[in-house]
Amino acid sequence: MSRLRTAPRSLLGARAGGYDEHLSSLGPLPDIGAGTLIEMVTAAGLTGRGGAAFPTGRKLAAVATRRDAVVVGNGAEGEPASSKDRVLLNQAPHLVLDGLALAAQATGATSTFLYAPADILDRAVGPALRERRREQSVTLVASADSFISGQETAVVAAVQGQQALPTNAADPVFRRGVRGRPTLVQNVETLAQLALIARFGPDWFRGCGTDAEPGSRLVTVSGSVRSPAVIDIPGGSRLGDIVDWAGGPSEPLQAILVGGYHGGWVPWDEPAWHLPLTQTALQPYHAAPGAGVLLALPVRRCGLQASAEVVSYLAGQSAGQCGPCVRGLPTLAQQLGALASRRTSVAAVHELHRVTTMVDGRGACRHPDGTVRLVRSALSTFAAEVDRHLRGECTAEAYRRRA
Amino acid sequence: MSAELKVDWTRCDARGLCLELLPELLRGDDWGYPMTTGTESAVLVPLALLEHAETAVRECPRLALRLVPGHPPTR
Repeated sequence: MSRLRTAPRSLLGARAGGYDEHLSSLGPLPDIGAGTLIEMVTAAGLTGRGGAAFPTGRKLAAVATRRDAVVVGNGAEGEPASSKDRVLLNQAPHLVLDGLALAAQATGATSTFLYAPADILDRAVGPALRERRREQSVTLVASADSFISGQETAVVAAVQGQQALPTNAADPVFRRGVRGRPTLVQNVETLAQLALIARFGPDWFRGCGTDAEPGSRLVTVSGSVRSPAVIDIPGGSRLGDIVDWAGGPSEPLQAILVGGYHGGWVPWDEPAWHLPLTQTALQPYHAAPGAGVLLALPVRRCGLQASAEVVSYLAGQSAGQCGPCVRGLPTLAQQLGALASRRTSVAAVHELHRVTTMVDGRGACRHPDGTVRLVRSALSTFAAEVDRHLRGECTAEAYRRRA
Repeated sequence: MSAELKVDWTRCDARGLCLELLPELLRGDDWGYPMTTGTESAVLVPLALLEHAETAVRECPRLALRLVPGHPPTR
């Protein structure tokens, strides 16, 4: 599931091939000092592409002031609707390794790790690393195949050789991470962007995208579109354009899940077509650009049913460590499922809202919060459908009967 | 100086001792896990209750509580 844009300076534009091809197409990494590199990244306005969108310059600077740091490239991508990190690592492993080297240089790190699914490490990253063994040493760590395996503290645990479970550390990982050392955990796409910014500069980076979302970003478009794809898009692109770049709708759509399973539903109407993929524009829908996931929901599928399935999956992906998540997520899944199958009442819908407040923000990681976000978004975007379900009706079912 | 009471959710097992010591600040949720009685999600401890909060931190059978000084970070 991938589509290449051919611009040589784009994330997926590097011609497939070895280290020599990589260097001849993009040139060697320039030799710039740590301070300059952080200034360039800050000027570029690069933000983390793993989902949290934290300013990368600030993250680098926070780790750079500390000694004996660790850098971890995070390619775990536990999100089922996302495949951009997988595509990037397969097609441009050298760009990510460049970024790792730069991040290590910028922070003065003495250990470097790359954390990603085992098959990608075997097929793409391992061979790429062997080509540059003389100049770079990276420890490869296989990530677990679970939704939460990419959460920052779970990544730290995995790199330390423990199970990839989130922990409730008193200190943030940039202060105390891998074996108590200051740790930079950075998504692999962010690292690849770092490698482009170091070569071509912040102005080049800002030449694409908008002021609010500078640069390009990878998105994964799937669901009811003609050509599901990973695409390198200008930051702040309109949802309608992004769907068009994935071939357009393959059938009538009713909503787009933006930001993944921890994201929110945007109703597919005229205003939504023009909605830019930015934090501010998506906020009313409980959504955010996140890790760049767009999942198109067709009219023939019930939005409440689709949401109930997602929440049920997320409940199964709880690490099982924190009470409100362990008890709350299955409750939410069950209540949303009852609503979707019209075995419900007005009181039960109020109850569903009440349970969200008992789950939100009450875990060692963001899994409960993200799940609540999806539930709240479903209840607000499909509010009319909630009313219909309370009357025993379902628009999607009626549509399928007519079709 | 204000303090914030933090729960380590990976340790908390809904034993409920903190609920008895700090009824002004905490109530049990549907499953017995401590929840703030206020509107903010953070549990801010006023000076008058600091001693009780310290007892709760010390006596929690799961060692799941801790007090952090100062204002809670804003998100």
